[in-house]
Amino acid sequence: MAPNPQLDDNGKLCHLLTIEGLNAALIHSILDTAESFVGVNEREVKKVPLLRGKAIFNLFFEPSTRTRTTFEIAAKRLSADVVNLNIGASSQSKGETLLDTVDNLAAMGADMFIVRHSESGAAHFIARHVAPHIRVINAGDGRHAHPTQGLLDVFTIRRYKKDFSRLAIAIVGDIMHSRVARSEIHALTALGVPDLRVVGPRTLLPQGVEELGVRVYHDMEQGLKDVDVVMMLRLQNERMRGPLLPSAGEYFKHYGLTPAKLKRAKPDAIVMHPGPLNRGVEIDSAVADGPQAVILPQVTYGIAVRMAVMTLLAGSST
Amino acid sequence: MKIHIKNARIIDPASGLDKVEDIAIAAGRILALGATPPDFNANRVIDATGLVACPGLVDLSARLREPGFEYKATLESELLAAVAGGVTTLVCPPDTDPPLDEPGLVEMLKYRARSLNLARVYPLGALTQKLAGERLAEMAVLRDAGCIAFSQADAPLSDTQVLLRALEYAATFDIPVWLRPQDAHLSRDGVAHDGAVATRLGLRAIPACAETVALATILLLVRATGARVHLCRLSSREAVDMVRRARHDGLPVTCDVSINHLHLCDEDIGWFDANCRLVPPLRSPQDRAALRAGLGDGTIDALCSDHTPVDDDAKQRPFGEAEPGATGLELLLPLTLRWAQETGLPLKDALARVTSLPARILGVDHGRLAPGLPADLCLFDPAGKTPVDARLLRSQGRNTPFLGQSLPGRVRLTLVEGHVVFEQPART
Repeated sequence: MAPNPQLDDNGKLCHLLTIEGLNAALIHSILDTAESFVGVNEREVKKVPLLRGKAIFNLFFEPSTRTRTTFEIAAKRLSADVVNLNIGASSQSKGETLLDTVDNLAAMGADMFIVRHSESGAAHFIARHVAPHIRVINAGDGRHAHPTQGLLDVFTIRRYKKDFSRLAIAIVGDIMHSRVARSEIHALTALGVPDLRVVGPRTLLPQGVEELGVRVYHDMEQGLKDVDVVMMLRLQNERMRGPLLPSAGEYFKHYGLTPAKLKRAKPDAIVMHPGPLNRGVEIDSAVADGPQAVILPQVTYGIAVRMAVMTLLAGSST
Repeated sequence: MKIHIKNARIIDPASGLDKVEDIAIAAGRILALGATPPDFNANRVIDATGLVACPGLVDLSARLREPGFEYKATLESELLAAVAGGVTTLVCPPDTDPPLDEPGLVEMLKYRARSLNLARVYPLGALTQKLAGERLAEMAVLRDAGCIAFSQADAPLSDTQVLLRALEYAATFDIPVWLRPQDAHLSRDGVAHDGAVATRLGLRAIPACAETVALATILLLVRATGARVHLCRLSSREAVDMVRRARHDGLPVTCDVSINHLHLCDEDIGWFDANCRLVPPLRSPQDRAALRAGLGDGTIDALCSDHTPVDDDAKQRPFGEAEPGATGLELLLPLTLRWAQETGLPLKDALARVTSLPARILGVDHGRLAPGLPADLCLFDPAGKTPVDARLLRSQGRNTPFLGQSLPGRVRLTLVEGHVVFEQPART
């Protein structure tokens, strides 16, 4: 296969497009850098001058509030200038090509693009075409990857569970349409998690998913047995085409995380969810708000992880 | 114009000839293979020592993009590409704009192609009006206007009753129908083969059963109607097995595979290489192996370029948004030679898949070399190389998964009806 386009000739990260192909050392170095930023959130002046003078463009071709905001906060805390663009509502709807849009924004002096797009591979496409000094971070492309979410998830796990080499982890739900799941799988396999499972009905599990390094379960009770971490996924209704599920009710009955099903996991298992939550569809409120849920810490850590990625990429500018 | 080609290794798959001999050409036809008549005074003598002379290639699928898509390609650009690739006869699918569903359009296309004096063009007519899959096109009238067979190209035909009626009607006139088996519902929205690669890259998937379900329907309807059907662009292992069984049972079906599917698989998509966005999708390495075996053992009759020129703007997009298709006319011969090299197949047998066998499917008198036949001929250097360089391609479509590669063989001279339509000096 062609060399990983996000790594330079020395194996250094020059874009963040996917977690696929990143080794454990590189992932840990990002997480270590993120640790140093966690404290910034607790300071009175929540700002460091690391990216002063840099122009970061949030290019969101697909609606998002949460992810765009966390990238924006991360960039501002690094003292960068941030421009938010909701492209779906402007140039693209007037017929401009993606490449023309990107070229125009590059001509406005961008140093970094944070890209979200509904098409898998869009961030790779942009990274292939931008000038060498511009860095690209994939903020979610189609069903393919959401690498900063994957990184913040493993950052969260590392904070609670320490040693990846002893963990059993279940990712539950709509794997088919989930870029988060793919990024989590790549991150967790790279970090050496020995027992990684995906749980869901056959309509939501893509062909050959085992080749990514996971074991497949269709029975949630079996899939959760003795796991240390339960990672719930949102049903990606907006990306579903065709009849994949009979009803939200039937889905919840078999794959919704309830206190009873959670009992199958280890007593100290943590429950994660990338948000936004669909209560009563994939997760019961008693679990989402319960003591094992680490859903809000995930959000907090997301800012530190994004600060770390931006800093590392800006530092690799040519 | 009389041409004397000396010392060529003449390979004619139709007759089994593979011998170093001379060829005498006069009045657009082959006068003699071997001993030249004593009174033959050629206007031009070509020393073909070290070169292979084979029948001009017959390509079962090359989109010329006219009318309607002249910004992607023109008849002239693509027919120049054809002869540069040694292709002297080609079939163009009806998915132009408007589609080839009116005699006037077909006549105009044939007239314009003929006036360029390059490769021969055989149009496929639209099977249904506007390729909409609802009402039958005027097949008999279109046949009289020059359509060699009828096809839906890549337009979905989801109504099985329309397909049944189309086959019955075509069978009435003994007109062949060319179909690419693909279930419109099972392939809806998909952009890549349903397998580990699409899963890894998060690409919307097309299962192999989108092909086999449609193929099963077609084969059952062939059995019911007796229509002659040519199956286009097979892509899956199971489809090859199904065709093998159908032919064993005596069904009147033939089939082809494209150069892309013969040499590539879904793993070649790598990191979203839009040049690998093709229809049907590139399938698994196991599927590719079955296609290669099927072409080798004769289950698959012909190899075609599936030439589909796409403009750069339509390709310069994320994988799923990029327009499918790749240029291929200039790569058909080199990729046939590569396949022969890789499999150890005799050159004569490999060349049959791009000359005599596709000509037999068309029912035309091309694709072979014999005294009295039109002198459609390709002279190539088997030791030469064809660099796949976007700047060197004659086709207006410059996208192909093979860009940057150096392929075996180099076309040196192409003749259509005794006229030199392409020539280039020796170079490696």
